[in-house]
Amino acid sequence: MSQRAPLLDAFLSALVALGLFAPMVGLETTVGVHGIVLVPRPLAVAALVGAVFVLRLAVRLWQARRPPAPAGAGAVRIGRAWAGMGRFLVPVLLAAALLMPWVASRATIDLGVLLLTYVMLGWGLNIVVGLAGLLDLGYVAFYAVGAYAYALIAENTGLGFWSCLPAAGALAALWGITLGFPVLRLRGDYLAIVTLAFGEIIRIVLLNWVSLTGGPNGIAGIPRPTLFGLRFTMTDDPGTFAGFFHLVPSPVQRQMFLYYIILALALLTNWVTLRLRRQPLGRVWEALREDEIACRSLGINITTTKLTAFAVGACFGGFAGAFFATRQGFISPESFTFMESATVLAIVVLGGMGSQLGVVLATLIMIGAPEMFRALADYRMLIFGLALVVMMVLRPRGLVTERKPSVTLGRGAAAIPAALIAEGHG
Amino acid sequence: MAAAEALLEVRGLGMRFGGIVALDDVSFTARRGEITAVIGPNGAGKTTAFNCITGFYRPSAGSLQLTHADGRGFALAAMPGHLIARRARVARTFQNIRLFAGMTVLENLLVAQHVPLMAATGLGVLAILGLGRYRAAERHAIAKARLWLERTDLLARADDPAGALPYGAQRRLEIARAMCTDPVLLCLDEPAAGLNPRETAALDALLRGIRDEGCSLLLIEHDMGMVMRVSDHIIVLDHGRKLGDGTPAEIRADPRVIAAYLGEDEEDADHLAPADAP
Amino acid sequence: MRAIFRLPPGLACMAGMQHALVESGLDQDLGLGWRRVASWRITRGVGLAYALQQLINGVTLGMIYGLIAVGYTMVYGIIGMINFAHGDVFMIGAFLSLIALSGLASLGITAVPLALAITLVFAAALAALYGWTIERVAYRPLRGSFRLAPLISAIGMSITLQNFAQVTQGARVKPLAPLVPGGLVLTRAGGFAVQLSWMQITIAVTTVLCLAVFTWLVTKTPLGRAMRACEQDLKMAGLLGIDTDRTIGLTFVIGTALAAVAGLLFLLYYGAIDFYIGFIAGVKAFTAAVLGGIGSLPGAVLGGLLIGLIETFWSAYFSVQYKDVAAFSLLAVTLVFLPTGLLGRTDVEKV
Repeated sequence: MSQRAPLLDAFLSALVALGLFAPMVGLETTVGVHGIVLVPRPLAVAALVGAVFVLRLAVRLWQARRPPAPAGAGAVRIGRAWAGMGRFLVPVLLAAALLMPWVASRATIDLGVLLLTYVMLGWGLNIVVGLAGLLDLGYVAFYAVGAYAYALIAENTGLGFWSCLPAAGALAALWGITLGFPVLRLRGDYLAIVTLAFGEIIRIVLLNWVSLTGGPNGIAGIPRPTLFGLRFTMTDDPGTFAGFFHLVPSPVQRQMFLYYIILALALLTNWVTLRLRRQPLGRVWEALREDEIACRSLGINITTTKLTAFAVGACFGGFAGAFFATRQGFISPESFTFMESATVLAIVVLGGMGSQLGVVLATLIMIGAPEMFRALADYRMLIFGLALVVMMVLRPRGLVTERKPSVTLGRGAAAIPAALIAEGHG
Repeated sequence: MAAAEALLEVRGLGMRFGGIVALDDVSFTARRGEITAVIGPNGAGKTTAFNCITGFYRPSAGSLQLTHADGRGFALAAMPGHLIARRARVARTFQNIRLFAGMTVLENLLVAQHVPLMAATGLGVLAILGLGRYRAAERHAIAKARLWLERTDLLARADDPAGALPYGAQRRLEIARAMCTDPVLLCLDEPAAGLNPRETAALDALLRGIRDEGCSLLLIEHDMGMVMRVSDHIIVLDHGRKLGDGTPAEIRADPRVIAAYLGEDEEDADHLAPADAP
Repeated sequence: MRAIFRLPPGLACMAGMQHALVESGLDQDLGLGWRRVASWRITRGVGLAYALQQLINGVTLGMIYGLIAVGYTMVYGIIGMINFAHGDVFMIGAFLSLIALSGLASLGITAVPLALAITLVFAAALAALYGWTIERVAYRPLRGSFRLAPLISAIGMSITLQNFAQVTQGARVKPLAPLVPGGLVLTRAGGFAVQLSWMQITIAVTTVLCLAVFTWLVTKTPLGRAMRACEQDLKMAGLLGIDTDRTIGLTFVIGTALAAVAGLLFLLYYGAIDFYIGFIAGVKAFTAAVLGGIGSLPGAVLGGLLIGLIETFWSAYFSVQYKDVAAFSLLAVTLVFLPTGLLGRTDVEKV
């Protein structure tokens, strides 16, 4: 391919594009009175084919001007740069996250809540995928279990958010163990499809068990969280936040409160993960990712170790789900589709597996950027999909590729380059 | 060492993969405090025997009885792999080195001490909160790791990723990692493969040291010089059967062994025998 | 003799569960609606006829799944990745078929066999071009890289194709009037006629023909030999002079062409498509491939048939809503007992 002249190459690409786009773009099927009618759109095809021609030509000419760098060298360099910048980037990001609600608009706070929810989900899944190397395509199941657990417990017992939160996490973890136990001895992609299947099963059950879950109508009127019993409502009686502190009630107060709840939950996830990484349990997760057989030869029970990773990851997914339910006040199965699992997995992989900072950066790119382009409407998801492909092709190992040793013998140790790190087979 | 008692008794061990018989009625004894070598041409079933002993394969026939110094016995053939390492205290290395390449040398040795460390952390929960005896346990674990790093001459590389070590150092690290599990029986699968003479000599000394401190060894090795130097007892396998066993001097004089080893060259042995179990 | 008719433990357990649920009235709560079919069990003859009809329907559906599953299993066998976009290529194939059929109708070509043949070639060829392009753009640059990168890339491709179809062809469901109406009545029992429609026969014949051509391609041609070599050991095949990139590209071409055929059959059978059919069918077909033992071509077809049957029978006797749960549960239970699927290679763990 690379020996061909750029012009010929661009021409062939355009020809392929013509084949791809001529029927799908060029002939729109519209439903008429007597069945399907084809509406031709030759201009759109011409524009797309032309664009492919120009783009391909540009890429080839650009490549010809500069000799190709050794494969992956650039990626390694950037990966190092991120890891090095981590020391400065982390405090800056943390400070920004803490201060943001005081200066930002309501819409921005809302976006912040959304971003932090995904950061938390990403950190939770990072335990399973990034540390333990288990490919989980059904993480949304635990998110859903947490959300419905909170909604149902609150509905049936009248307990508040804070009392239900541990239960939601515990139930999600329990699900993780129940589902994980029979399937964790499966390897690699078999595990992937089974986790995907479990995610779908939970969604289908939520959709059809109408008497319990309300089916497609979902559950509404989920109680909002309180601050030590103080409610966030638009009145100022003494039981409310505004009344107690003699403030003018405003919706921003509740928004900021929610923001800080999810920030705290996300930071809790991060803290637990970072601590676990430095301790036997986290270390053995990583060892499992590196070499399962060697682990077994060292007396490590692989099944229980995998289960703990699954359960801890699920537990944080459950917390995030409970938060989602209390924030929305309404949940339905529609929020827990495979797309969510895929998005969170993409965040983890794009971030650089196992990297906590990477998850934050990837969330900013993957969730933050599309939110900015809401105006693109239908084209937004199309661009999102293409961007996912492009980012993976450019940075297959993710943004932050290095691994910091969990323990050192005195002197500071250098980060471990990505090339040495295994990705797990479970 | 003549009075040594039996540590591992292998009786009638058989292993077949589909139609291929990798081991057929193999019996031998490894004694406590000795280095027992298992030799034989490629495809003789040495690694398969190791995999049976360490629980990676379930033998098709026969028994594997391990007896600790305190008299406790373990029927290895019926135990899950990780319990063989944990309870029966059998450790091993691998023919194709299996280190945690993306983790540092020190981390490799700490993972090896996972079982006692985990117990000290209250199953990981207390340690998150900074409670329990975890700190002391970790100090102890690091001290033990440091000891084995010194003995394997890896202390200077402690914080380097295991995957970045040179080949010989990786072999030594695998032994150090296995030793960190406090085994009573250490199974080494071709530890000298790919080492230069200087490294092999150092390995001789390391293995003798390990033996003299009370851990018995079972050794698969193709380097006959090394086998003859360090072994107390040698078992010869060929085509999945035991050809003979005895002291190095006896083995050197055994005509059947000479025939198996010298009568046909290695290429032929490769060709005739089923592939050495992976 | 009794033992032969005993249900497998899993089914017996389900049957017991059903009984318990019906007793407790919980089935209504769960929306299972088992009582709906109770009337069919009044007479044995009707029961058998009803079962036969389900068998026919299940096999038809299973063939469509099988055709898609073959593409999954081929790609997995050769480069070890889950091609998540495969289901969406099936969807594109269905749209291409719809466009071709509509175009032919407007050109006045209405002879059904001719129109179907042209459509089949058109859809298969263009879908194959999609498959080739996807591999070239999204997967080839990631070859030999990190294992999860192609998976995410594939998910990205899947999202892209779905939204591409939505943007270019609209989100509405596209109907197609039945091309081959009518059928054979095989048997009648107590007012219930077991029908084998011409459409089902068309689907069966097309599937068998396609699979025959495909089998010939894989077993008898140099390309097939190269594919099998790459499947055994990609690196070694490359060292022996096989153009692995070309072979992998052609694997995608063949796999997606089969998926497009499945798309055409789906369109004909159900008479309605939208941009979302690819995801569901893709997940089912992938489930089928794994159930049969991923990497095994006969396994993919077998898995497809099984998934089609379990779905159809579950819908017919228990509940439509939970048919996917039944299919996924079958997968999970099978994998627990046969970790590499029904016909997958149980390779000895390398130590």
